[in-house]
Amino acid sequence: MDKLILPYNHIQTAHCENGVATGLLKHHGLEFMTEPLMFGLGSGIFYIHIPFLMVNGGPAVSYRSMPGWIFSRASKLLGIKVNRRKFNSEKEAYDYLNKQIQLGNPVGCQVGVYNLPYFPAEYRFHFNAHNLVVYGKENGNYLVSDPVMETVTTLTEEDMLKVRFAKGPLAPKGHVYYPENVKQVSKEHLQKAIYKAIHRSAFDMLSIPGPICGVDGINYTARQIRKWREKLGPRKAGLYMGQIVRMQEEIGTGGGGFRFLYAAFLEQASDITGNQKLLTLSDEFTKAGDLWRASAINMGRIFKGRLNEQKDFLESADMLDNIAAIERAAFKELRKIKM
Amino acid sequence: MKKEDLPQDPSALVGVTREVCYVKDKDGKYTSDLSIGWDVKKQALDNAWEDIHERVTEAAAKVKSGEISPVFYFMEKKLMDLPLLSGYTGFWQWTIKRHFKPSVFKSLSESRLQTYAKAFDISIDELKNFNG
Repeated sequence: MDKLILPYNHIQTAHCENGVATGLLKHHGLEFMTEPLMFGLGSGIFYIHIPFLMVNGGPAVSYRSMPGWIFSRASKLLGIKVNRRKFNSEKEAYDYLNKQIQLGNPVGCQVGVYNLPYFPAEYRFHFNAHNLVVYGKENGNYLVSDPVMETVTTLTEEDMLKVRFAKGPLAPKGHVYYPENVKQVSKEHLQKAIYKAIHRSAFDMLSIPGPICGVDGINYTARQIRKWREKLGPRKAGLYMGQIVRMQEEIGTGGGGFRFLYAAFLEQASDITGNQKLLTLSDEFTKAGDLWRASAINMGRIFKGRLNEQKDFLESADMLDNIAAIERAAFKELRKIKM
Repeated sequence: MKKEDLPQDPSALVGVTREVCYVKDKDGKYTSDLSIGWDVKKQALDNAWEDIHERVTEAAAKVKSGEISPVFYFMEKKLMDLPLLSGYTGFWQWTIKRHFKPSVFKSLSESRLQTYAKAFDISIDELKNFNG
């Protein structure tokens, strides 16, 4: 296999999983798919603060659902099957990927970013839930469409095996996936799927028991923030705030902890269903996103200098409580929404 | 966020890519736009790296003073922690902790050293001869 380039259109998106899922469904004929629609149909919006777990020495917070769920949930609603394979043997994983390319099938791959050579050095942490599309091979190199990159790129065979077999939390184990039996989706079907996905998100954000998930989780983080400075000292507490800002605003979120992306989804959902209420609620998420950004600026003042005061932390915590109240009210409206 | 408010502050992304952000255009409709970065999150990332560099320097000093073995130093340098290093080497976490002791490290077999060297992506000599 010297040269094999499959006809796959590279798309750049905010978030890698959305990008791979959107790109692959477009490739299989679902031209209407967009990143916000994929994110909304996959009920990607979420919040969770996992206590006791540390990520890169900071708090483990996430603004989105589990890696892999967006594509799975959206596909299920659209009646599509996602074929997924993981491997224990590197050789098998290598052969399987090559075979898929030879069969003319562009596939999604889960990879770790620590050994991704084309990533900026400052972003190369041991994060294992990155996604990209392999759409061919040329001169022994894989042709790669990474949705966070502006253009397509390549990976050597050696690098590809390294990133597919990164170790640690969420280890990819050579994970390869692609959609199967993609059929055209009627307008009614899509409308139904949109309502189901919205209700799913409302459930995730409002009804999961315990204090750490959904809007309750945002209040939980606020309570923690009030204690951090005394418990950890000004410097470490500042680093913790930095970690929250990175999870919320770093490349992949579309800004405002995915809230702008969800607002964009509701706007499109309103277009597709003709339901004006969704457009009004889209504005609520724009507001929430703007407040998340304002909160990031406030936290930024805390971690910028090493001098900070308890009242800065209290202020940040209050801002989060305010955001939680807005999102709680918006999701309660979304929970009630009917076709 | 309005399109004209999207920050364009040079960051580590420059020269590699720009990131997609979702913003409102002047008609109030959602669209996406590209950004080269935002100072607030650049500062957060810079701080995280500053913290890493401090920890690596500290680890090097501890190796030099004979308090801890190079395994600990390279674990910090490669941004790993115990669970991750355990994943890459196949050693139990408590085994690795034992290997942090300079006396135990000195008696490690070539094959174990090789496993560490591979996990850290360095040569055995680099691992053995690191002295802070």
